Amino acid sequence: MAAILLLALLCGGAFAGLAYEAVAGGSRSSAISNSRIFGVVRFTLFQAIFSTLLSVVPALLVARALSRHDRFFGRELLLRLFAVPQALPAIVAALGVLALYGRGGLLAEPLGHLVEGRWPGIYGLSGILIAHVFFNLPLAVRLFYEALQTIPHDHWRIAGQLGMGGFAQWRFIEWPVLRRAAPSIAGLVFMLCVTSFAIVLTLGGGPAATTLEVAIYQALRFDFDPFAAVVLTLLQLALTLAIIAGLALLGGRYAEFASLSIVSRRYVQPKAFEAIANILLVVLAALFVLAPMIAVVISGLKSELGRLVSESSVQRAALTSLVLAFLSACLAVSLSFGLVSTRKRLEMLRRNAGSATLAERLCDGGASMILVVPPIVIGAGWFVLARHAGDVFAIAPVMVVTVNAAMAMPFVVRTIRPSFDAAAERHDRLAASLGMTGWYRFRLVDWPAMRVSLLSGFAFAMALSLGDLGVIALFGSDSLQTMPYLLLSRMSSYRTADAAGLALILAALSFALMSLAGRARSGQ
Amino acid sequence: MSGASVTLTDVRYSVAESGFAFDVALQPGETVAVMGPSGAGKSTLLNLIAGFEFPASGRILIDGTDMTTMAPGARPVTMVFQENNLFAHLNVAANIGLGRSPSLHLSTDDRQKIQYALEKTGLSGKQDRLPSELSGGERQRVALARALVRDRPVLLLDEPFASLGPALRLEMLELVRLLHETSGMTVLMASHHPGDAMAFAQRLLFIEEGRILADGATGDLLGGEQPLEIANYLGNRAPE
Repeated sequence: MAAILLLALLCGGAFAGLAYEAVAGGSRSSAISNSRIFGVVRFTLFQAIFSTLLSVVPALLVARALSRHDRFFGRELLLRLFAVPQALPAIVAALGVLALYGRGGLLAEPLGHLVEGRWPGIYGLSGILIAHVFFNLPLAVRLFYEALQTIPHDHWRIAGQLGMGGFAQWRFIEWPVLRRAAPSIAGLVFMLCVTSFAIVLTLGGGPAATTLEVAIYQALRFDFDPFAAVVLTLLQLALTLAIIAGLALLGGRYAEFASLSIVSRRYVQPKAFEAIANILLVVLAALFVLAPMIAVVISGLKSELGRLVSESSVQRAALTSLVLAFLSACLAVSLSFGLVSTRKRLEMLRRNAGSATLAERLCDGGASMILVVPPIVIGAGWFVLARHAGDVFAIAPVMVVTVNAAMAMPFVVRTIRPSFDAAAERHDRLAASLGMTGWYRFRLVDWPAMRVSLLSGFAFAMALSLGDLGVIALFGSDSLQTMPYLLLSRMSSYRTADAAGLALILAALSFALMSLAGRARSGQ
Repeated sequence: MSGASVTLTDVRYSVAESGFAFDVALQPGETVAVMGPSGAGKSTLLNLIAGFEFPASGRILIDGTDMTTMAPGARPVTMVFQENNLFAHLNVAANIGLGRSPSLHLSTDDRQKIQYALEKTGLSGKQDRLPSELSGGERQRVALARALVRDRPVLLLDEPFASLGPALRLEMLELVRLLHETSGMTVLMASHHPGDAMAFAQRLLFIEEGRILADGATGDLLGGEQPLEIANYLGNRAPE
């Protein structure tokens, strides 16, 4: 219950700040105009719609191509590759896209020939779209691929027996499944694009390409216009709530990690033409996903890594990041554990008597509710509130730790719940009959059964917090710098080589943690 | 339309640890039950004939033509599974129609055949229902109707009524018998129930550990003179 209370406090405080500012600051003049707000909202929606289309439609085809063949050399590897972008901090991906397609990027010269002149770079809409597709295309491919795996094996046998061609198989077998999965997957991608912050901040470049979240940040950090921030925040909140409501109507669910499974046998092999098209499609998608990551590595290695690592500001930022991420992960895991065990206890108390109580359902979905409220919105609320109370930057570390922990909780809950529930089913009555409670029970019964999933959740939460550039963008200062924040400030002072080096270090750290989380999960 | 002969000559197949060896000849239009413990190879035998598995050696002839390496769609065979025979998003008529054309381009003649199959299988008036609006028995009726419109001389039934209750199962067996009467197909049915075999099969193959242990008239094998293995399988005390 403490966990829910903390989440409520976190959101409540933010809203109190916003409300106070809206009332008290209403008379004060604000520099923001209606047309500016309208423009920001329009751009937010516009880029999100385009990003979604560009991610989801190709993903449909790639997922199908991947699942069409009995044998597909490197399929496992590709699916694993497609999981990597999710493990990368957004700012690293943004940098990778810049390092590849930017004005001084690796591809600038060949692209320059293409446009017959100097390659203008990809700041603005094009950069945002590419980065969003880089993140969401692989995610959508994995989710669609997972959906295709739910087709009963017998259906492929029937297709083989009836002699269905490629098109008939698409029409009667694959498309119906994909169509059912599409709304929730598109909804998820749309949501991710509407609330994307770091990418728009780094690649947006200019008032023409600003989303609501970035506008909130600018209003607070540069224009010192809290009233504008309040208006923008409320708009963002309304927008995300509308999307969530829409998703709920579509029966959408938040995506989980696609599990890799073996493709069921096919009895009609694709014709040569289709096979070539499939291979081409998959190779193109793989290159698109792989290239920015390679660019991060190449440009990172080209920077003076040795000097960077020995710089005291870098060392301090790395240490700060690790400490904050560690604390945040501790908080996320212990709160999630509390939530999961409370839920189970309530369920046991109920024992098949009627439907779940409100408290039980709160424990179930309470953590997910935080996803509705973007971190920037919470940060903005507290920022405004703290401004009245005194020093904004004094509460910065607390903010970073708690908000990041809250953001990781839905995922951590999902990671640890299955093993907790299974352990509880098996051991609860035995432990009760032996009189084991509290710490002893945890140490002797729960910990051995849940160690793997707890560690996995911990590593995941830590990676998420480590790469986050949300709250820290608002609360960061010279006295509190994390790696992503330092990366951002090097980028904005045009020290590109430094930024590239930092991105490589950050990517390596996040990736190590994520694969730790993944390994623990798959070893379960 | 009439049935076709099915001949397996020295067919060998292995998967993981288990090996299978089949040598059997079925006459055109015969009704054959395949019995035996789980994992003995009932489904494997059917899958080999349907072309869902390919033998390591040996030959499979249907109607005298070598089918050993033929794709499932090219064989004159229809197979009905225990479940998942229907596409959930297509209505009954479309699910049956797939048996006429895998792309659902249906001629007037096709539609008439579908109508006839609906009547034959007791599904008249249900052609517009979705599989989710049907009972388990009705779903299997649709699968049988599809087999009927496909009009292939060999019908393989892989424990098709295993999930149905006793009364319903008798009804379905009666339907299979009726279809056999009208179409003259060679019917091979894998089942766990001696009742199924008694109700409709002239001949019984008893399979254990990948081999056909007994092959004979159903009445003989399930009657007084049953071999020891069958008695054990059925749970009857071995005859003294």
